[in-house]
Amino acid sequence: MLAMDYRGPYRVRLTEKPMPELLHPRDAIVRVTRSCICGSDLHLYHGLVPDTRVGMTFGHEFCGIVEQLGPEVENLKVGDHVLVPFNIACGQCHFCQQGLYGNCHESNAQATAVGGIYGYSHTAGGYDGGQAEYVRVPYADFGPTLIPDWMDPDDAVLLTDVVPTGYQAAEMGGIQKGDTVVIFGAGPIGLMAARCAWLFGAGRVIMFDLLDYRLEFARTYCPAEVYNFKEVDDVVVFMKKTTDGLGADVAIDCVGGDAKGNFLHTLFGTKLKLEAGSAIPLHWAINSVKKGGIVSIVGVYGPTGNMVPVGNVVNKGLTIRANQASVKRLLPRLIEHVRLGNIDPKGMITHRVPLEDVADAYHIFAAKLDGCIKPVLVPNGA
Amino acid sequence: MNLPVKSEGRNLLDTSGIIGWGVDADPRNDPTYPIRDRANDPGLTKNWVRPPVQQPAVEILQSIEHIRQPAVVGTSTPPSGLSGMMRRLAFRWSESNWIHWLLLLGADRVNVVEGVVDDLAHARIPNIPAEMGIRSELAFNKTGFAKKVAVAGLLSALVAGVLIARRAPAAERPSSGD
Ligand SMILES: [Zn+2]
Ligand SMILES: [Zn+2]
Repeated sequence: MLAMDYRGPYRVRLTEKPMPELLHPRDAIVRVTRSCICGSDLHLYHGLVPDTRVGMTFGHEFCGIVEQLGPEVENLKVGDHVLVPFNIACGQCHFCQQGLYGNCHESNAQATAVGGIYGYSHTAGGYDGGQAEYVRVPYADFGPTLIPDWMDPDDAVLLTDVVPTGYQAAEMGGIQKGDTVVIFGAGPIGLMAARCAWLFGAGRVIMFDLLDYRLEFARTYCPAEVYNFKEVDDVVVFMKKTTDGLGADVAIDCVGGDAKGNFLHTLFGTKLKLEAGSAIPLHWAINSVKKGGIVSIVGVYGPTGNMVPVGNVVNKGLTIRANQASVKRLLPRLIEHVRLGNIDPKGMITHRVPLEDVADAYHIFAAKLDGCIKPVLVPNGA
Repeated sequence: MNLPVKSEGRNLLDTSGIIGWGVDADPRNDPTYPIRDRANDPGLTKNWVRPPVQQPAVEILQSIEHIRQPAVVGTSTPPSGLSGMMRRLAFRWSESNWIHWLLLLGADRVNVVEGVVDDLAHARIPNIPAEMGIRSELAFNKTGFAKKVAVAGLLSALVAGVLIARRAPAAERPSSGD
């Protein structure tokens, strides 16, 4: 089968690989019909995540058709079209029982801080991902969810990560009616977080980004008040001034380790890789939220140390909430939101690329070319 | 090995003498509730139905923070070569230790070179421009691409110029020695 093949920072290609096999009684093999490249794949692509091995296949956002089932998978049948949450979760362990499916303890040997994630380095378990024709899906009786008849597969594939992560970002912000919410990053997750902030009753949604075309998209899609941080002297002062000197009620970091905008963080975090990426949006979030406010983090940072202004967290009495989204917990509600038209996931897809052109798709997305917001890869046979 | 053993002792302290013990224990007063459903919390080592445990056919490196192998493991790209040795070494330290991550990041860089060597060993010359998406760069970023080429050209011209300028007197020396 054909699969994306990581060769090193900024280098990927399509390679013929052996078919995945059932390795556990609860496994399934899924033939991929859609997969996405995620902003967090770019952290891998840039070599920011430790233990990203050459030869690995990325892709944690995919849906597909069940081809083969292990003997203990009783709730799926061959031919089912399923969307597969990016978390590999057993559904039974200490953490899964609390709905923390992003933190399953039975799916990642290499680390305890994060659960298994498809195609997300060995730090997230060493599983090959869905940017391929076929993929092994562990705990197939728990994660995969049938795509309803009425649902467009383009919407379904975004329910594997983007929608739940954006939604959980807003949820963890504890947004109350009328709150001012500031969101850093107008990528797909930021866009979805902004859209979902309204569902929780936000009164004002403000977004910052570096790229005008993404901000323009956010202005209509979310819709949000948008600002290019390059055109603002000081993001924190700006936020204070626009909120009666108090700061936002809720700040959400949807950027993570690839942030631009500060020389020192770029040097230590993204060039020398001594920090877990550049923590600029997190600084802004902590400093521009009001005292007693909530900072919600879904941006992906690496596991090494960070220069985080923790003193301000203490002095301002902030609550910080952060996690990988527990996709399976949120799916029933989100499927309903899509059905009712409250959210329009596929509205953010700008590029459909044949799997064969995976290298170009990565470059377009990473270099922010051609107005790219969200690329979807479609295998030839799909 | 001097492994710590979890204490099973229950009554370390007689709580009956503490005035007000437990009055705030109602989950409705707990600001973290319902993030943690304590009623339904069997603990990792208590009685619960654990999935069958996968028997991997490839080498799996395991965090020393785990008390046992997770039931399911990923088998993509097992450690190999020099990078594999570095990765094995890294897993002697816990996830909270910087050396663990720095060794892994170092191994990743070594692994890239191994990848190129492996390609060549299999008579495959990696098409690096294609792997970096040069087609899309040409299609959507012509000016940027031209700039990069120009900068690269200028830099190599500069380097070449410096080298030539340095070599020139050296080249003259033998003749001056006549
Ligand atoms: Zn993703
Ligand atoms: Zn679990």
